[in-house]
Amino acid sequence: MANIQLSQVGVVIPIYTANSRLLSKKVLQLFIGGALISDQGSYVSVCALRDLNFQLSDGDRIGLIGHNGAGKSTLLRVLSGAYTPTHGQVHLQGRVGSLIDINLGIDYEATGRENIYLRCAFLGVSKEETRAMLDEIIKFSELEDFIDLPMRTYSSGMQLRLAFSVSTIIRPEILLMDEWLAIGDERFRKKTEARLAELVESTKILVIASHSRNLIMKTCNRVLWLEHGTVKMDGTPEEVCTAYFG
Amino acid sequence: MTKNTEFLIHNIKLAATLATCDVRSKYRRSMLGPFWLTINMSVIIVSIGLVFGSIFGSPMEEFLPFLAVGFILWTFIASTINDGCTAFIEAEIIIKQLPIPLFVFILRILWKNVLILSHNILILACVFLFYSKGLSVVALLSIPALLLVLLFLSWIASLCAMLGARFRDSAPIVSNLLQVLFFLTPIIWMPSSLSAHRVGFLEWNPFYHLVELIRSPLLGQAPRLTSWFVILGIALSGCLFILFVFTRKRARVVYWL
Repeated sequence: MANIQLSQVGVVIPIYTANSRLLSKKVLQLFIGGALISDQGSYVSVCALRDLNFQLSDGDRIGLIGHNGAGKSTLLRVLSGAYTPTHGQVHLQGRVGSLIDINLGIDYEATGRENIYLRCAFLGVSKEETRAMLDEIIKFSELEDFIDLPMRTYSSGMQLRLAFSVSTIIRPEILLMDEWLAIGDERFRKKTEARLAELVESTKILVIASHSRNLIMKTCNRVLWLEHGTVKMDGTPEEVCTAYFG
Repeated sequence: MTKNTEFLIHNIKLAATLATCDVRSKYRRSMLGPFWLTINMSVIIVSIGLVFGSIFGSPMEEFLPFLAVGFILWTFIASTINDGCTAFIEAEIIIKQLPIPLFVFILRILWKNVLILSHNILILACVFLFYSKGLSVVALLSIPALLLVLLFLSWIASLCAMLGARFRDSAPIVSNLLQVLFFLTPIIWMPSSLSAHRVGFLEWNPFYHLVELIRSPLLGQAPRLTSWFVILGIALSGCLFILFVFTRKRARVVYWL
């Protein structure tokens, strides 16, 4: 059973200007004493999320919508566990998998095969398990003999195909996505569609951020509309999309 | 196997994979590969050995092994600490996306530098063979010594990694300090060339003890107890300190990047 519970969650991100990042300035402040005290900790903060309260459980297919900077990506990072919220509590039960950035951690000097192992290590898949799935991954990517060439020699399409093939072998209970992944030519796209549909089907909770009305209507059964870091509207895709997209 | 140990083992493996990648990708397209590191190092050691050996008038068969061991160790120590300063900054994209524990990135730089160190052992073998200097049983002490040095470096590297992420000026400051320490530590000069009352100052330099711990057993002498205690003491209290800082600030690191 997978379960996500957010209570009073807020994320405040400090923006350090070059000035306040300078260690020398902190040291200077020590010597100057009172004069600059008011300046201490005077960095700008951005309140990326605030007062988020919601609960997700098995079968939920959540769409996140909102303008750029509304907090969608920050929320995904909180759910992935990368960001520990500065306020409130997150209770998360279930293995989390992320398709937010499938190019993460690619070593362009290494071969495609080596990158499969590297990427799998990031995903939490052991070497033995990777070895067992290696042929399937290579076959899906259709890279054939290119797999033993360095990644830097690949076209961007080939890089994406490999990244997609590796990233989608995971079967998480909670799946996080930032937009639908559509890659390759017409024929390859059909394959990816099928793979993604299967992945989404097997996952218990899906959270996907998107700007596409069609995608939200097609895949989600609940939509959160974020604005300025808070939930502006929470409801069925029909309701929220009508209000948001007009 | 419990879930926690499984998690730990997986993350240690991840760190090792990343470290191997780091060393490999640096020299991937060159023919000699990582052995360029070894070649560069030998050239430096031989040049310093010839110049300083004649300045100080030290006998070569004594000075060159001393220099080779010391210089290789110093390079290992200094580059581990320098890499520490950028350990989190360079992993920014990963840290912002995946909940990978931060110690992975510290282990990664430790392991990377151990790998490079192991290439340089070849130089030692050459130098020792050339002067037909054998290793005694005491040399085995360098193995526990290396483990202790790693423990010592792990907390310094962690501290530097946190400082480096929060204050971007830390890296140049640290590398400057290391540069000064290099000259204050007997690497290219021998303690015997100091006058008696100055030798006392050496005792206050932890990096002297750090280098001595591994160097003296390789040169056939057991390290002094003082060195063991100094390093063990600093390492343990440093680790406690960094654990305290980590538990409080770990969650903030991602926001500093």
